[in-house]
Amino acid sequence: MFSKLSYKRQRSVIIVAFLIVPLTLLGTFSFLPVANMFWYSLTEWNGFSDKEFIGLENYRTVFTDPEYFRVFTVSLYYFFGTFLQMGLALYFATILSFKVRMKNFFKGVIFFPYLLNGVAIGFMFLLFFQPEGGLDTILGLVGLGDFTTHWLGNPDVINISLAGTSVWRYMGFNFIIFLGAISSIPNDVYEASEIDGANRWHQFRYIILPSIKIIVSLNLILAISGALSAFEIPYIMTGGSNGSATFVIQTVDTAFKYGKIGLASAMAVILLFIVIIVTAVQRKFFSEDD
Amino acid sequence: MLKLNQKLLVFFASMLAIVVIAGCSSDSEESSGEGSDQPTYETWKEKDPEEIEGDLTVITHRTDIVDTVYQEYAKQFNEIYPNVNVNFEALTDYGGEIMPRMNTEDYGDVQYIPVQVPIEDIPNFFEPMGTLEDMQEKYLGVEERQVDGKVYGIPIALTYTGVIYNKSVFEEAGVTELPKTQDEFIAALEKVKENTDAVPLYTNYAAGWPLTQWEGAVTTTAGNVDYYNVDMLDDPTPFDQGDPHYEHYSLMYEVAEKELIEEDPLTTDWEASKVRMNNGEIATMVLGSWALEQIQGAGENADDIGMMAFPTDAEETIFSLGADLNISINKNSENKDAAFAWVDWFIHDSGYSVEQAGGISASKDIPLPDALTAAQEEGAQFEMLTPAPDDKQGLLDEVDKESEVGLWLEPNKKIIIEAAIGNRDESYDDIMNSWNEDWSAAYEEIVSE
Repeated sequence: MFSKLSYKRQRSVIIVAFLIVPLTLLGTFSFLPVANMFWYSLTEWNGFSDKEFIGLENYRTVFTDPEYFRVFTVSLYYFFGTFLQMGLALYFATILSFKVRMKNFFKGVIFFPYLLNGVAIGFMFLLFFQPEGGLDTILGLVGLGDFTTHWLGNPDVINISLAGTSVWRYMGFNFIIFLGAISSIPNDVYEASEIDGANRWHQFRYIILPSIKIIVSLNLILAISGALSAFEIPYIMTGGSNGSATFVIQTVDTAFKYGKIGLASAMAVILLFIVIIVTAVQRKFFSEDD
Repeated sequence: MLKLNQKLLVFFASMLAIVVIAGCSSDSEESSGEGSDQPTYETWKEKDPEEIEGDLTVITHRTDIVDTVYQEYAKQFNEIYPNVNVNFEALTDYGGEIMPRMNTEDYGDVQYIPVQVPIEDIPNFFEPMGTLEDMQEKYLGVEERQVDGKVYGIPIALTYTGVIYNKSVFEEAGVTELPKTQDEFIAALEKVKENTDAVPLYTNYAAGWPLTQWEGAVTTTAGNVDYYNVDMLDDPTPFDQGDPHYEHYSLMYEVAEKELIEEDPLTTDWEASKVRMNNGEIATMVLGSWALEQIQGAGENADDIGMMAFPTDAEETIFSLGADLNISINKNSENKDAAFAWVDWFIHDSGYSVEQAGGISASKDIPLPDALTAAQEEGAQFEMLTPAPDDKQGLLDEVDKESEVGLWLEPNKKIIIEAAIGNRDESYDDIMNSWNEDWSAAYEEIVSE
């Protein structure tokens, strides 16, 4: 029966059959909840009572009350942390793609934090940042004891500590992707460049970077969206107190502490659009000229 | 090639649309009540305990004792009602986890009324347990969440809030008499700081929720049981200087400002704080009576741990009895008889309220525990708050949520401590003014509706 169909028919039948399962899952667990969220964002709803349709009122509340937007300044810390994270990841990936002793050991060390559970990392770093904790001890040992402060208690430092934790955690992920991309460059290109007298920096600048441009821009997009929606680490470590609340923490609090599901959905929709816009702008910047 | 892609795209887009539409249109129907003349809360008592049967799902917030104490409860319950099979589900974050479930019909047979549910919506979810008149004669604290003269929940315990303190630390510090007023209390903490190594007052800032415990003692500061549910609602700005809340939280600000709290509030740990208090490393904590037993059991020095009233400048020392969560029955439950049997047994015979919640039982037949009779002899009064008048039912809660002041939530309490230790450049008055602004805006909006 099936074999009587033309090749093109068969191909499309198979494509459809194979895609039904993932797309159903995607629809049920991604698109449907998002569609619902759009609907909630147009209502006033506390999670229990009947929903009351109020149009764009929630959006007006968010955009006219500076309190809801002030938290984006916290995202800036994560945003700048992102560039540090990418730089370090690229640096280590480049170095470890050449001949280095104990190469695999270092790869493991750098990638390992990404495999840890976020909650565990949160608790680990809570101990690390405690007064007289790990960080203070290390600084004391190397003679920098005067620089110790309350890493989470000092409001000027808290977001740097948290963004640092976030960089430590996610760098491994960028690193592995870069490493994969770099290792796909054929070896004879390097050999040819060495014959031409290129040093390591030249190789990086003129061979590696152009070859992995797409991956760099993809990583940037992921990292910046991640910076905007930073949530896990500050939520576990400080619960957003002491000026460390990010936009997502504020959204969660609005929904589950103050029972304003409608307003919180509107905030979530706004964040979604911001991420989409950022992505679109970046695509424009890094677009391939092909 | 392109044509095929377009076709596929259209196909999948329509698939998705179907999924989304199918998902959206499954709103549950209102289940209608049974056609019997008598409500279940009367009929279940007429049955023989042997006749009552079914699988019962009881949802609780006590993850710590669900596998131990609760299993014992089930055994004892089955001695009277042998044909009921009781299962427990423990939720870590009761309020947050029950909300999505309450949008379905599947939220257990017996659970608690979440504090987040607006009072007028309670009948949509829960089975009435009796008329207010009948229930008031038998139980304490049932008027708080009644709707139209019907009661939908019974408090699992009534607890009071005060200051839990370590007697031997006070002794070492040279505090001979228990401080009664705020000034005396601060003087006592300063003695602790000078003469011992203990933390004078441990805030548990990092966990956050212990800061919300302070709110339970506002009535002690006010010195008047009418204040909280009645008088406060007549004032659009309840946080002015001289108002109970202002005076109450000024103590929090002051102890933090005078460095009478832990060195780095951001790295506190609740579980460890119980042990440290028991060992004499912490002098005082502001908590509900439920915590007394936990702290006594956290080490070897149970006798050192006592509870005193929150320091107040008012003439009388009032411990206000606040209702803990209200145990309730799912209106969609298929085993209502068994559910009623469980609630009845839990309130009267389980001993939960005294043994596990450190409070007193909602049932008026059960005598006060010894600890309380002792405190009563020393002149402390244990009183219920005056309920809100009918026209202001649920108003306080509504204004509180709309304004995002969050009387029972931690974010604003954390701000007080942050400001006091110099992490924010706001004075205590600035904070109270901002509370007032938010509160009065919400108050105008809701009252004018």
